[in-house]
Amino acid sequence: MPARLATWWTILRISLEERLVYRGDFALGTLMRFLPIVTQMFLWWAVFEAIGADKGGGAVAGYTYHNMVAYYLLTMISRAFSSMPGLASGIAQDIRDGTVKKYLIQPIDMLGFLLLNRVAHKLVYYLVAVVPFVVVFSLCRQFFSGWPPPQTLLACLAFLLGYFLEATLGMIGFWLLEVNSLLFVYMLFSFFCSGHMFPIDMLPSPWRGLVEAMPLQYLAYFPAAVFLGKVTGAELVRGLCTQLCWVVFFIVTARAAFHFGTRRYSAYGG
Amino acid sequence: MGQRPWYFRVLLTFLRNSLVRDMTFRANFLIDTVSSISWVFMNLGFYLLIFSYTPTIGARTGWGKYEFFLFLATTLLINSLVRGLFLENAVEFSEQIRTGALDFALLKPIDTQFLVSLNRFEWAAVGPLACGLLLLAYSLGHVEHTPGALQAVLYVFYVLCGVVIYYSLMISMAATSIWLGQNRNLLDFWFYVTNFSRYPMEIYEKGLGFALLYVFTYFIPVLTAVNVPARLLAKPFSPTTLADWLLPGFAVAATAISLAVSRWIFNRALLSYRSASS
Repeated sequence: MPARLATWWTILRISLEERLVYRGDFALGTLMRFLPIVTQMFLWWAVFEAIGADKGGGAVAGYTYHNMVAYYLLTMISRAFSSMPGLASGIAQDIRDGTVKKYLIQPIDMLGFLLLNRVAHKLVYYLVAVVPFVVVFSLCRQFFSGWPPPQTLLACLAFLLGYFLEATLGMIGFWLLEVNSLLFVYMLFSFFCSGHMFPIDMLPSPWRGLVEAMPLQYLAYFPAAVFLGKVTGAELVRGLCTQLCWVVFFIVTARAAFHFGTRRYSAYGG
Repeated sequence: MGQRPWYFRVLLTFLRNSLVRDMTFRANFLIDTVSSISWVFMNLGFYLLIFSYTPTIGARTGWGKYEFFLFLATTLLINSLVRGLFLENAVEFSEQIRTGALDFALLKPIDTQFLVSLNRFEWAAVGPLACGLLLLAYSLGHVEHTPGALQAVLYVFYVLCGVVIYYSLMISMAATSIWLGQNRNLLDFWFYVTNFSRYPMEIYEKGLGFALLYVFTYFIPVLTAVNVPARLLAKPFSPTTLADWLLPGFAVAATAISLAVSRWIFNRALLSYRSASS
């Protein structure tokens, strides 16, 4: 066990050093990612103005203008946990060009290795991105009613869900040679159904029920809704349990995909 | 030898070659087209959802559901044309600078900007373009007034102006790769800048929005590029004062200036190009 811990620590340390090389790119990229929210803020202001909500009129699906802006900002935090840029396409690429065989001949588990790599990626990301996040959230503090409730921390589960979901998608590469188009389609659906584009409780039935039955809502909508106090009590417990079930489901699926995938995998060349 | 190339014929050859290449990987082309169209439908779904809560975008702006869909159709037309004609080429241009492959383009007996801007056409952009045309036709049938022939002609003209403005911005951004060494974030920057032109300019007419409005109308005229043609169809056309002519007049000037500036940036950048190959 100590030897295994030492291996994990070495992997994490190397990954951290590797990621810190791109800290400037990270900081600029993070700040730029807030730009689309600026247009969303103006769009929603125009919508709330049109329905007279700025003069004490109605709300949109229970969201005031402040709630709506806070929601979009909070989905940025959810996505900071759950988004896994390049994970699925990287796995598919490793399968296609044969790099994946290093995991078969070395005593390192691919999913564990990539998980530590991703943990390092996220740690560096938070370290660097904390500055742009603090700046933006300070400027927008009037949209928030206070500090997040402690249960918001459970949003960390979104990290595990995002990781194992995308790892599973990447391993489709064992069966299909080209998965980039498939990943693009997933990205589109994820943007729409995770709540990144708008709060999914805005959807009318039956669409809302359909989207809520998917695991994608736990990547952006659910953590933001918990923060905003829209999910509380029994509903919160039920939501967290369902999210945990999805995490376990994708851990098992990813493991099974790797197990069966490597059995049909053929590598040629040196 | 020494004869000027027939540019239109070269362009047709580019289109044919791109089609042959796309048809070689038919399944990939089909998936690209379907995913592009899916994105259009998702956006449309989002706006339908918004209009289920509000009758207009902004109070007293005149951007009702179908007027806004005309705006959306205009955005789709301009974006699809830019994507089909230039986007892939601009990304490839950045890559050619990084790898030194631009040497081959410089050696060809044809205008380098023409060659690097148009040598590959992305046929999958035809899908969203068709969606834009359908949405335009459908929305025109639902707005209160019917645009006249003059408006239709001016609309086509201003859509093309919008394409030229977008292109100028894109090729200028891509040309900066020569000075930066690489521009891996070209697509990201492109998305973030054009994101400001996704909605009617009236939504920015408040507080800090005025700053964005002026910057993206007059300095980086992406708002002008989309709003001028969209307004021609979506709102009754009755220019009576100087102010009514100001924005359409500025759009023409902005098109000419954008093209001239981008040409200047491109040529200046080429002067700084040092081949990356050995």
